[in-house]
Amino acid sequence: MSATTLAASKAVAPPRSGIILPALIFIVFALLPVVAALTTRQYLVDVGCRMMVFAVAAIALDLLVGYAGLISFGHAAFIGLGAYAVGILSAHGVGEGLIALPIAIAVSMLFAWLTGIVCLRTSGAYFIMITLAFGQMAYFIATSLAPYGGDNGLTIAARSTIAGWPLLKNDRAFYYFTLLCLLAAYLFCRALVGSRFGRVLRGGKENAVRMAAIGFNVQRFRLVAYVIAGGLGGLSGFLLANLTEFVAPAYMSWQQSGELIVMVILGGVGTLDGALLGSATYLLAEEWLSGFTENWKVIFGPILVLVVLFARGGLIGLGSWLRRRVFHA
Amino acid sequence: MLERAPSDAVLRLEGLRKNFGSLAVTDDVTLDVRPGEIHAIIGPNGAGKTTLINQISGVLSPDGGRIVFAGSDVTALSADARALRGLARSFQITSILPGFSVLENVALAVQAREGSSFRFFGRAAAETALNAPAMSALEQAGIAERAHVRAGELSHGEKRALELAIALAMKPTLLLLDEPMAGIGREETESQVELLLRLKGQFTMVLVEHDMGAVFALADRISVLIRGRLLMTGSPDTVRTDPQVIAAYLGEVVG
Repeated sequence: MSATTLAASKAVAPPRSGIILPALIFIVFALLPVVAALTTRQYLVDVGCRMMVFAVAAIALDLLVGYAGLISFGHAAFIGLGAYAVGILSAHGVGEGLIALPIAIAVSMLFAWLTGIVCLRTSGAYFIMITLAFGQMAYFIATSLAPYGGDNGLTIAARSTIAGWPLLKNDRAFYYFTLLCLLAAYLFCRALVGSRFGRVLRGGKENAVRMAAIGFNVQRFRLVAYVIAGGLGGLSGFLLANLTEFVAPAYMSWQQSGELIVMVILGGVGTLDGALLGSATYLLAEEWLSGFTENWKVIFGPILVLVVLFARGGLIGLGSWLRRRVFHA
Repeated sequence: MLERAPSDAVLRLEGLRKNFGSLAVTDDVTLDVRPGEIHAIIGPNGAGKTTLINQISGVLSPDGGRIVFAGSDVTALSADARALRGLARSFQITSILPGFSVLENVALAVQAREGSSFRFFGRAAAETALNAPAMSALEQAGIAERAHVRAGELSHGEKRALELAIALAMKPTLLLLDEPMAGIGREETESQVELLLRLKGQFTMVLVEHDMGAVFALADRISVLIRGRLLMTGSPDTVRTDPQVIAAYLGEVVG
């Protein structure tokens, strides 16, 4: 019957993004230092590293925005907490990464848990405002930490050691360490969204009343997702502090939180790949456009407006739209 | 307790009250639902039928009275806690997960009662332990051949059937059906009645419905609700011939 073939053609595979695009992105990241060495453009390593650091935070934010339906406007706080964990430990002579990394993640998760309990009592615009408020709270606490540089921030004496070995001192080694962290974070999130847990999260975004009617306390799942995203933010902060060998309150400013949201929306919400692509594109645009003018956001702003207006699925959505056009033509 | 209820009642409402402002939408309702029966709740628009269902399922909390389900007081429990105790419901306005496949809609209901959902690895969509019971619930509801379609693309009648499949997959002690025939065609209504007749005896059901043909074909007992108050509870024959019910409600339909 034609009706059944129609049904079959419209059949949906459960959400599972392609393998080609992320593989391509990771291959490009892996080859970047080689290209940089061949073309003697060493700054490429630095730019690539920044992209990956923020990609870790962006995929965590996409977990909240795209899968749990929670628009968090305070995500930079987790980056800042992770970074300050490294800075403060280092100021007290603890430069060991095997200590600093778990602490950076744990502190961010704890903050996410404590604030998440409060934030998740609200929804919609109120959730955005209250996450923003907690983010700003963390920011002002950081500015008041006089022993750790206050407003001016804190310079870190040296990058974290791994089991006492200064492995990350080498820029290229640090680059590949960051790549490994990003790959692990990405694979973890990808497994998560397809798992039982992720399915409940997605279901709660679609229809929370229905989820309650079949027996799910959706808020509990959202809180766990919030804590996981916080932990990944902490990981990103650990990497950022080591990349720049510097920690400042600006890491957790609301502008930084906003930039993370822009990265996720630019790439395409709810795809994880979009967050990878979005953070890379955003930082590339910053790098490139700021070469023309200091006020590069004047150019970037309208581009973002166009993306939101005409490519609702972000760059990922634009890509699949183009693919459809090409194959149908 | 003033009234003696059968001790084995699946659901018992005791003096349930709910006000919206000064309007009493549930006014001292006391009734019991016996194991295995289909208990219909009828009444004109605005009688407070959906409000009553919402209080039973835990979406609304009553202002007074008690709800006793399967022997324990559930008045203070949340909707999801009641669902896990075996209370399944369908909605007057269909409530499904439109972006999920039909099968996944049902598999989630299986997942809710089977084991932990705090599992972060392994593809849930590929779990046979969840998909097999989901598939058999879809077969029971008669839409198994639509299992892999996006739920949002189903026809209205099929969405109704999906809601029923979700409820069946919960292996409920009590099924609350809020106007399952609303907005579907004659033929689909007939097949829905047939389906519910097949399920009769396997599940205890509370049925809120406007289609009197369906109500009299299915119900073992009928409660009549008028402006929040329970007018009477009785067998279909008693209700059909009751002068008060005819005057207040049925007159306009049957007469």
